[in-house]
Amino acid sequence: MARTVWDSTVGKKTVMAVSGLIMLLYLVVHMIGNLKIFFGAGEFDHYAHWLRTVGEPFMHYEWTLWLVRVVLVAAVVAHAVSAYQLSRRDIRARPSKYVHKKPRASYATRTMRWGGIILGLFIVWHILDLTTGTVHPGFRPGHPYQNVVDTFSTWYGNVIYIVAMLALGLHVRHGFWSAAQTLGVGSRRRDRALKTVADVLALLLTAGFIAVPVGVMTGVVS
Amino acid sequence: MKLTLRVWRQKNADADGTMSTYEVDGISPDMSFLEMLDTLNEELILRGEDPVAFDHDCREGICGACSLVINGDAHGPERTTTCQLHMRSFKDGDTIDVEPWRASAFPVIKDLVVDRSAFDRIIQAGGYITAPTGAAPEAHATPVPKPDADFAFEHAECIGCGACVAACPNGAAMLFTSAKINHLNVLPQGAPERETRVLDMVERMDEEGFGGCTLAGECATACPKGIPLMSITQMNKEWLRATRRVGKR
Repeated sequence: MARTVWDSTVGKKTVMAVSGLIMLLYLVVHMIGNLKIFFGAGEFDHYAHWLRTVGEPFMHYEWTLWLVRVVLVAAVVAHAVSAYQLSRRDIRARPSKYVHKKPRASYATRTMRWGGIILGLFIVWHILDLTTGTVHPGFRPGHPYQNVVDTFSTWYGNVIYIVAMLALGLHVRHGFWSAAQTLGVGSRRRDRALKTVADVLALLLTAGFIAVPVGVMTGVVS
Repeated sequence: MKLTLRVWRQKNADADGTMSTYEVDGISPDMSFLEMLDTLNEELILRGEDPVAFDHDCREGICGACSLVINGDAHGPERTTTCQLHMRSFKDGDTIDVEPWRASAFPVIKDLVVDRSAFDRIIQAGGYITAPTGAAPEAHATPVPKPDADFAFEHAECIGCGACVAACPNGAAMLFTSAKINHLNVLPQGAPERETRVLDMVERMDEEGFGGCTLAGECATACPKGIPLMSITQMNKEWLRATRRVGKR
């Protein structure tokens, strides 16, 4: 059965839909967590520390966090590998372009591939910047509030982050609705509702995430 | 009407093709697009040139033989087949680009004619029901709920022209395959092969080298028979159901 799924275009889209929904669920939680930054360093740093102690005493220190990380890495890899293989196939299936060109499909649809690559690169930078601190001069482990303020005090930090979050909004807008079709839960009756949920999710995520750099830039968070 | 045509000319499957320009005059707005091409071909034959090869058969919009990407649209600007497209949809003096369906699973045979036998092989993989041949069965022997009959008919309208593949940025045959699967899978007559049909037809579709679905929706916009995009959603649902069931056997 796993073989059937992985070898089929419909199956690979199912892998993309499920992994995408897992990441989407994570993003909603992540976005809500981020908003604690507006309640001061104490609350934000406390929240960040709590992420390591979730599930105690059943789970050991950081076990839950690592479990989430493993699931997310698996989801990212499954999503990206499926997308790469399907894209290769799609390009091979339509090798010659039409001479008469027309603008086709919506903006969100056309930007799925490039948007996905931008998001992939962003995730790498984001982890090196705020989790490991590798590309973050003056990174202080255990002081996430200060680290976030540092990042968004640089022009490039803001540009990278805001561009990525706009790409995320477009990606989620087409991706959520698309996942519903792939999993066969879309219908004519539900279509309007699904499109509305996709738009609202995309808007809330983008706005919620961008609120943090805007907060730092405007001095609300310092 | 006087028109400038830019038509894809390609001697055979292996030759390189190119867009050739032709002027046609004396075109009536009441002519169909194919009659306009007939007019061009008569002139080309009189001049001793090779006429433009294109597919056509019933010219009533029900056989699925005609094709052509006209000004970048499969079957041209109206939502119908090329044979039912009339020249009144164009203006005097227009330049019209005419190209064949483009997909690696639909190789060009000559000029505007492509090989669509990949569709036949998808049908062979599961687009049938098992029933004894002979006299027609009693019509009321197998009751079909009205909504199911309507759903089946909506999908059975597919004429297999391939406009969905031509319009799809991924050269995918999802709309065709889903229409053919759905119209049988919803009916009691199609129930015995419900799982194998969807699995085998999707597998064949992939083997033919068609692309995957990114839900751009171009197929449903181009379809002259109005097969809805939701047809693909329904196929995905059937495919997932069949994968679960067959996995258990």
